[in-house]
Amino acid sequence: MLNGLEAAFFYLFAFIAVASAFMVISARNPVHSVLYLILTFFNAAGLFLLTGAEFLAMILLVVYVGAVAVLFLFVVMMLDVDFAELKSGALQYAPIGALVGLILAAELIVVTGGYAFAPQLATAVAKPTPDIATRTNTAALGDILYTDYIFYFQVAGLILLVAMIGAIVLTLRHKEGVKRQSISAQVARTPETGMEIKKVETGKGI
Amino acid sequence: MTPELYSSLSLALPELIIAGGALVLLMIGVYSGERANSTVTGLAVAILIGAGAWMLLFGGTGKAFGNVFVSDPFAVFMKVLMLIGSAVTLVMSVGFAKAEKFDKFEYPVLILLSTVGMMLMISANDMITLYLGLELQSLALYVVAAINRDSVRSTEAGLKYFVLGALSSGMLLYGISLVYGYTGHTGFDAIAATLSGADRQLGLVFGLVFVLAGVAFKISAVPFHMWTPDVYEGAPTPVTAFFASAPKMAAMALMVRITMTAFEPIAADWQQIVVFISIASMVLGSFAAIGQKNIKRLMAYSSIGHVGFALVGLAANTETGVRGVAIYMLIYLVMTLGTFAFILAMRRKDGNVEQISDLAGLSTTNPMMATILTILMFSLAGIPPLAGFWAKWYVFLAAINANLYALAIIGVLASVVGAYYYLRIIKIMWFDEPVGGFLPMAGELRLVLGASGAFVLFYVFFGGPVGRVAEAAAKTFF
Repeated sequence: MLNGLEAAFFYLFAFIAVASAFMVISARNPVHSVLYLILTFFNAAGLFLLTGAEFLAMILLVVYVGAVAVLFLFVVMMLDVDFAELKSGALQYAPIGALVGLILAAELIVVTGGYAFAPQLATAVAKPTPDIATRTNTAALGDILYTDYIFYFQVAGLILLVAMIGAIVLTLRHKEGVKRQSISAQVARTPETGMEIKKVETGKGI
Repeated sequence: MTPELYSSLSLALPELIIAGGALVLLMIGVYSGERANSTVTGLAVAILIGAGAWMLLFGGTGKAFGNVFVSDPFAVFMKVLMLIGSAVTLVMSVGFAKAEKFDKFEYPVLILLSTVGMMLMISANDMITLYLGLELQSLALYVVAAINRDSVRSTEAGLKYFVLGALSSGMLLYGISLVYGYTGHTGFDAIAATLSGADRQLGLVFGLVFVLAGVAFKISAVPFHMWTPDVYEGAPTPVTAFFASAPKMAAMALMVRITMTAFEPIAADWQQIVVFISIASMVLGSFAAIGQKNIKRLMAYSSIGHVGFALVGLAANTETGVRGVAIYMLIYLVMTLGTFAFILAMRRKDGNVEQISDLAGLSTTNPMMATILTILMFSLAGIPPLAGFWAKWYVFLAAINANLYALAIIGVLASVVGAYYYLRIIKIMWFDEPVGGFLPMAGELRLVLGASGAFVLFYVFFGGPVGRVAEAAAKTFF
């Protein structure tokens, strides 16, 4: 059971997470929706921290807040979609949404209520090794990721490399007439090559 | 370095050579720009040959990385076929690249990375290795299908392949999760051990169906073949040649390995599935090809049919059956490479042509090309004593030995129907009015076409040793 400070923080994070999740779908301005989504992610990360999964918490912030949510923000700002019009009819579907939600909740209750753990489960499930008290999540993951799972890790890296090459091959275009930086040429500029001094006679142009 | 890691790395050295080589070639390409295309292609072929030679000369057998990667005679046999497919299609792409502005150095790099993925598929001994290998291979293939990005048909091919491929990956993953849920393991050996000890449950059969559906998509077996004609037609021809050769070898090897190891104890269940997709592929491949006018589309339906014939051997679930599959894939590879060398050589002054009607009267304008293509077409149709006949012979023999008479009879009937469209090409070449010859063939295409024709024609003389090698490969599972 939760108690004391831990309970207080749990309810704080959980309440803000649920409230901001509600705001994500009810905010009028899509940019506000994305900002509320980021707030939801932060609170979910806080919940992870409370359970001792600090690695997941940080990954959630780095990946979802740092990359995915910012991408959403870009998309929302760059695409000219009239979200207000899209949402105009949303409220009339609320009863159906509530019904679906109720059915899902009922099913979940039935499933979890009738669920019995297998007797051998306690021994079969691997205990968190090493103990959280002696080694942090991140270090423990690193211990096996770069040893036992080095093969999978490297293949996953190759897949990401292919994705990167593919994106560049299919989309990068070298446009003519674009001024590009050439560091060596720019640094090697001298007053002699960069300037041309002319004497201008009085009353005449160049 | 620990001894286990050392032995693991030495088993996977061919993969490491190709992956490392791809990274080096990427750097060469990036830093030297457009000039390096032919260098990069040449080095890529050298790397493929080097990796294959290392595997044949020094490659050991065993399991690596904690039982998730396996190297055995079957894997070596299929990997050699696959490497030949990759290397030959790369060589064949050189002339096309120069003529059709297809010269991107990323193409050989992506082919190398895709080859690594295919080698992992062939060597997979764990569901996760299977999935990672499959994704590495597919992702590179999606990109090369669309690599001619200014052509609408090429981008359409890439997009179509990507969307359907993602769907099939989803089905495969769903199947894997069900299999994991019902057996508690992802390793093929462990799955087989769990299945042989207990009654199989219904949920596991669902998992099996989804896994086989995902793999059947990759070998383009009916009913998961929809993408094949469009992608073959839309992709640039060297890419189509690659699609028709190397990935088929890898996916078929994966199909054989997963059924022969992981699901071996529930053979009765997967045999029904394999029999069904085999019959459906043979029949659809034969009938749907009849109306085709584009030769690349025709080859797509032809490959669907041939996959169906190869699966006849797998359906038998015997050593002769697996030997039949191995021989079939070898002969299919050689015939496909030869035919695509011919298709790449269908060039007139104003570019490449792809219509079957363009072949009219080739026997008078270019008798040598016409003769070799005639041999290849007879072989694809399965006329004795050419190689294509022996390929079908071995798989039907295995089916009859396993009492699958209906399958064998339907297969023979389908191959009779299929013979029609191969013979139609021969008729167009020899008896129709000439519509103008092609430009002279490039040297490398001539070499591939000639070697393929000679292999097919003289297979009957060296079929024995080839059969023994395939038999040694098939023994892996029995």
